Amino acid sequence: MAAGPPAQRRTEVVRDGARPLLSVRGLGIRFKTTQGIWQATRRIDFDIAPGERVGIVGESGCGKTITGLSILRLLPGNFAGLDGKILFDGIDLASCSARQMRAIRGKRIAMIFQEPMSALDPVFTVGHQIAETLRVHSDVSYEEARARTLEMLRRVGIASPERRIDDYPHQLSGGMRQRVMIAASLICGPQLLIADEPTTALDVTVQAQILELLRDISETSKTALMLITHDLGVVAETCTRMITMYAGEVIEDATVDEALVRPLHPYTSGLLRSLPHLSPRHGRLPSIPGRVPSIAEMPAGCRFRARCAHAAKGCEADQKLQDAGGGRKVRCWRFAELNLPGALHPPDAPAAAKVATQ
Amino acid sequence: MTAASTEQRSQPIVSVRDLQVRFQTSDRRATVKAVDGVNFDVRRGETFGIIGESGSGKTTIGRALVFLLNPSAGAILHDGIDPLALPRREFQSHRRDYQIIFQDPNAALNPRMTILASVLEPLELARVGSRAERERQAREALERVGLPQEFGARYPHQLSGGQKQRVVIARALTLKPKLIVCDEVVAALDMSIRGDVLNLFADLQRDLGLTYVFITHDLAVVSHISERVAVMYLGQFVELGPTEEVAERPLHPYTIALLSAEPRPLPSAMRQESRIVLQGEVPSPIDPPSGCRFRTRCPHAQPLCTDRVPEWRELKPDHWVACHFADSPNFSPNALETTP
Repeated sequence: MAAGPPAQRRTEVVRDGARPLLSVRGLGIRFKTTQGIWQATRRIDFDIAPGERVGIVGESGCGKTITGLSILRLLPGNFAGLDGKILFDGIDLASCSARQMRAIRGKRIAMIFQEPMSALDPVFTVGHQIAETLRVHSDVSYEEARARTLEMLRRVGIASPERRIDDYPHQLSGGMRQRVMIAASLICGPQLLIADEPTTALDVTVQAQILELLRDISETSKTALMLITHDLGVVAETCTRMITMYAGEVIEDATVDEALVRPLHPYTSGLLRSLPHLSPRHGRLPSIPGRVPSIAEMPAGCRFRARCAHAAKGCEADQKLQDAGGGRKVRCWRFAELNLPGALHPPDAPAAAKVATQ
Repeated sequence: MTAASTEQRSQPIVSVRDLQVRFQTSDRRATVKAVDGVNFDVRRGETFGIIGESGSGKTTIGRALVFLLNPSAGAILHDGIDPLALPRREFQSHRRDYQIIFQDPNAALNPRMTILASVLEPLELARVGSRAERERQAREALERVGLPQEFGARYPHQLSGGQKQRVVIARALTLKPKLIVCDEVVAALDMSIRGDVLNLFADLQRDLGLTYVFITHDLAVVSHISERVAVMYLGQFVELGPTEEVAERPLHPYTIALLSAEPRPLPSAMRQESRIVLQGEVPSPIDPPSGCRFRTRCPHAQPLCTDRVPEWRELKPDHWVACHFADSPNFSPNALETTP
């Protein structure tokens, strides 16, 4: 047990001046289904700077996981086509050869998933699986690979790694398996780590350990982190920037602090207000009426319009992700006239009240 | 508090006394003490929250409360009577008053039955009234949870997760229960839907005078909806008290760590300065640590914690804790603070 260091986050925009590490432009993914071709995501634009920690948030079915998978070109069998560009350090991942992709996947961009047990092979030791990544991507001897695996296991906080290295996945707890996954993803020193709901299957005390580890690793080794989650609390604790997705589109892109205090899109505001932390105890929870439109019947114009309390004439027009000043972007033409409540509203919510008394 | 309600409180709707539930491991070599000596009362009309991490035994308690599992030792009294002592017939009709709802509505609804047929089933099993009467009651239940009439003819796959959970709630309501055990009922729902379902639970409680036992791992949910909350660790309660007290002035080091570990959607300037990150994970319930079960992860563990099981004591009015040092100001600053 240790009193962890305060979650210090640099809130200045790291991107200024520096060339982005990852630059996604106009990304859209289509799938074949029995009912024709479905457009799962479209017009996705965002950048991730070297060493930056970006959270991708949204509810199930909004396209966050598929966006993460498309960066590594890990697309399912019914994949029907991809539009746009995914520029990673000058290489377009959307159009590069499979060979080039293999050299990047696992080495320069790594990914971890929600359920570590299904990502680890039960018949190989964890040490073997971590070392395998290294040996595929670089010409190292068996001994060196093992030594570096041990070092990496130690780094991700596994106690007595010399014993654990020869364990099989079933001998480890859920939290330890996720640490092993993190070790395997980091062994080649990637520039970008994509983490898809890495703590959703874990208990809250173990979640805190893993989030602290991800933050710590990103800070010390300057690995950029793209954290996909539905949990706004996890993003607030871990990331500096937050990209909100809805119905296959990016609808807001801002620093975490800005997005939480003053969201510009009604959906971001609605999500924040529906959290029980931010409502008075035993009070009614605000909710967003309706549900996410199905991929098969996406409305024209603003996709959130049918559920939006601020819908007006003009929302039926196509919405562009527009510059909202200060590096922020929002897909809502009314953003400047709306004054939407964020995490500190209403002021009598337990979380807000706690802040006020400090 | 009126005199009537004070009087009602004297007879708890559920009393749990030294409850133990044990399971054999699959190789029959060891015994898992899933619940190991738990005592509490559920008061009429309240929402009683139980929080704990996976493996803490919270789901086992929930199942035992409605006798889906029988206690290995100890007693569970419903309204002062032991249902297990009732003749079989009476036991069957008695348990209608105590319902349970689970996390996954997909697993709870038969995909080949229409929504109305699923909601009708408990009424048919209980042989309530005539057929027309049963159908009227089922439709009434669907209406109560906010589902339009035409949903009765649909099948589960045509409904969203939130709607399916409403159907499961409607079905539990058909037999007009007194108490509903809600086991992770909103965990599988999206954030924006969660609020709706929690609001529905609150409305039903107000209109029908229901009592809930709300079991969840989600601190924000439990502290929003419950009047009292119990914190469970490795088969035992470590703390129990009014929600405001437990959430804002926790006494047990585990509760303090749990609250501190919860990620909060707050801007960086407003976050607590240092958080307590517990090391390690929950030990196995097959061979729990001696003395205090939390001592292996506790930042304040002392030799005494290994030697002696901490007593379950009422340190502040209605606020119980099992920790040797909960009243020592060095460890628990909240013990001395007076309740405002």
